[in-house]
Amino acid sequence: MSDLLTGQHDVSVTRGTLGSRVALGVGIAVVVALIFAPAVAGDSATNNLTQFLILLIMAIGWNLVAGYGGMVSIGHQAFIGFASYAVLDLSIHGVLAWYAVPMAIVLAGLISIPVSWLAFRLRGGYFAIGTWVIAQVFQLVIAQQSNLGGGAGASLNDLNNLNPINRDNVTYWFALGLTVLSLGVTALLLRSRVGMALVAVRDEEFSAAATGVNVVRTKRLVFILSAAICGGAGALLCLSNLEVQPNSAFSIQYSAFMIFMVLVGGIGSFEGPIIGAIIFFVLQQSLASYGAWYLVILGGFAIIVTLWLPRGIWGAIDPHHRRSLVPLRHRIDYDEIE
Amino acid sequence: MIWTNAVIQGLLLGGLYAIFACGLSLMFGVMRLVNLAHGDLGVLGAYFAIILVEHLGGNPLWTFAAVIPVAALVGYLLQRFLLDHALNGGELSPILVTFGLSIIIENLLQQTFGANDQSLNIGALSYQSWKIASDIYVGRLNVIIFVVAVLVIVALQLFLSRTPAGRALRATADNRRAAALSGIDPKRTRAMATAIALATVAVGGLFLAMRSSFAPTSGSADLLFAFEAVIIGGLGNLWGTLVGGLVLGVAQTVGSQINPADGILIGDLVFLAVLAFRPQGLIASRSVAVR
Repeated sequence: MSDLLTGQHDVSVTRGTLGSRVALGVGIAVVVALIFAPAVAGDSATNNLTQFLILLIMAIGWNLVAGYGGMVSIGHQAFIGFASYAVLDLSIHGVLAWYAVPMAIVLAGLISIPVSWLAFRLRGGYFAIGTWVIAQVFQLVIAQQSNLGGGAGASLNDLNNLNPINRDNVTYWFALGLTVLSLGVTALLLRSRVGMALVAVRDEEFSAAATGVNVVRTKRLVFILSAAICGGAGALLCLSNLEVQPNSAFSIQYSAFMIFMVLVGGIGSFEGPIIGAIIFFVLQQSLASYGAWYLVILGGFAIIVTLWLPRGIWGAIDPHHRRSLVPLRHRIDYDEIE
Repeated sequence: MIWTNAVIQGLLLGGLYAIFACGLSLMFGVMRLVNLAHGDLGVLGAYFAIILVEHLGGNPLWTFAAVIPVAALVGYLLQRFLLDHALNGGELSPILVTFGLSIIIENLLQQTFGANDQSLNIGALSYQSWKIASDIYVGRLNVIIFVVAVLVIVALQLFLSRTPAGRALRATADNRRAAALSGIDPKRTRAMATAIALATVAVGGLFLAMRSSFAPTSGSADLLFAFEAVIIGGLGNLWGTLVGGLVLGVAQTVGSQINPADGILIGDLVFLAVLAFRPQGLIASRSVAVR
């Protein structure tokens, strides 16, 4: 340390590592490969990939609010369902469904602002149930809109005249684009001043406030962004299912899925949701025939991981944040000058 | 007259919500833990009663004597073997663990008993009623539930304020470390709080099963109602929880009177209005034990 101070070392603060540069290259290669995947994979494989990407987008959104914002929301299905219905409603009013997707994302972000006014009055576990109640209100209100099909739901007829395979491919590319966008926005946010404030707030709210971080504004920003990302997943669900129904669009199961993916992968890490979504998707495909048992297993996993592997699989791979694949943290490197 | 009737029925329904809410509030007060499986544990008690009646027969009323002690024991063990570990894991972990528990219970029940509605048939008591005005009748069972709700709250309040064990709970709620330093065993105190909470929610679950029907997923709805009652009444006050339950019950029945599909929504809106305009709840906090 004294050597450091006397200038015997060349000290540099960096973020990137060899690993992160390799990861960026691999990431770009994977995305490029995925862009062309529909040409190789059949229609059903493409649809499966779309389902996977939708889950991944949800996990990215929930990780942002819970992992980085420290707010365990059990009500983000409100934004998923809201955006699904926004696509439906816009298409009823003559907006082509493709254009309705970005609009639905913005609307989900906007609706989350008044939601945050109410939900932010609660903390911890009560915040969790409060968001759940708000999601229930969304569902009850939308289930009464007869122009949106009421409790029975409605079909998205906008895209019926398209060739189904082309339609599925475009939906897939939308999902891929939104996944990359969500990951990119998350990385940029975390590298920014806001990201540092966020980590400070999550780790110790009072100290963060004392050092001049505007805690409420920072949390609200993350809440809105995560709502918009989950809204993106919801909009895609509408495109891929071609119908929306209140009980499934606002299902609490989405919260269970998001929590599972983020916990197992590693809450509060950039890589966690990706790992978690892959594991969840594989489990979902292989356990689908077991009915409710698979949710029992999911709940059991959530408890076990929370208690014995609190930072998930990525936390076990990278306990000291040295192998991060994304250059989010500052590192101090110093070499001796000979 | 229909409105008077709606208010009276709502008050009676609110008693049931208060029974569900007081345990949630007690656990939060003592250990800052919000048990997201609270409602599901009540529903679990109701299924236990169904099994008991199926095998042993008789009027389901007797199952109170069996379910309550079992629920208290389950609460004690649950705290010792699961929730205590969750509390050591930081702020998020109790929320995630109890949510996982909720998913497990709901889906196990679904797998075992199917998704159909069930109820406990208590014979004539379920439809007998008292006439209190020319066209207002109150169901006897509903009045019993209301009376039990008030008794449970009074008993809990007396227990907290008058007994050494209650003092230990209040002390732990106030300052966990200071309480431990003055010789209160924190593990035992927490386990006691959870045992009491589960005993009360089992009472709620049985009444729910006798009053109307229930299904594996009823627990989530009950959790939300209990939570709304706690927040409407104001954290930190058992009387507030009772008042919150009554306000929620009245909001729901009056809402149903306006439009049968709107009952729950109106209850939710009253809750959101309280959150927006009076976040400390209708009754300001005094006691620390249930904050």
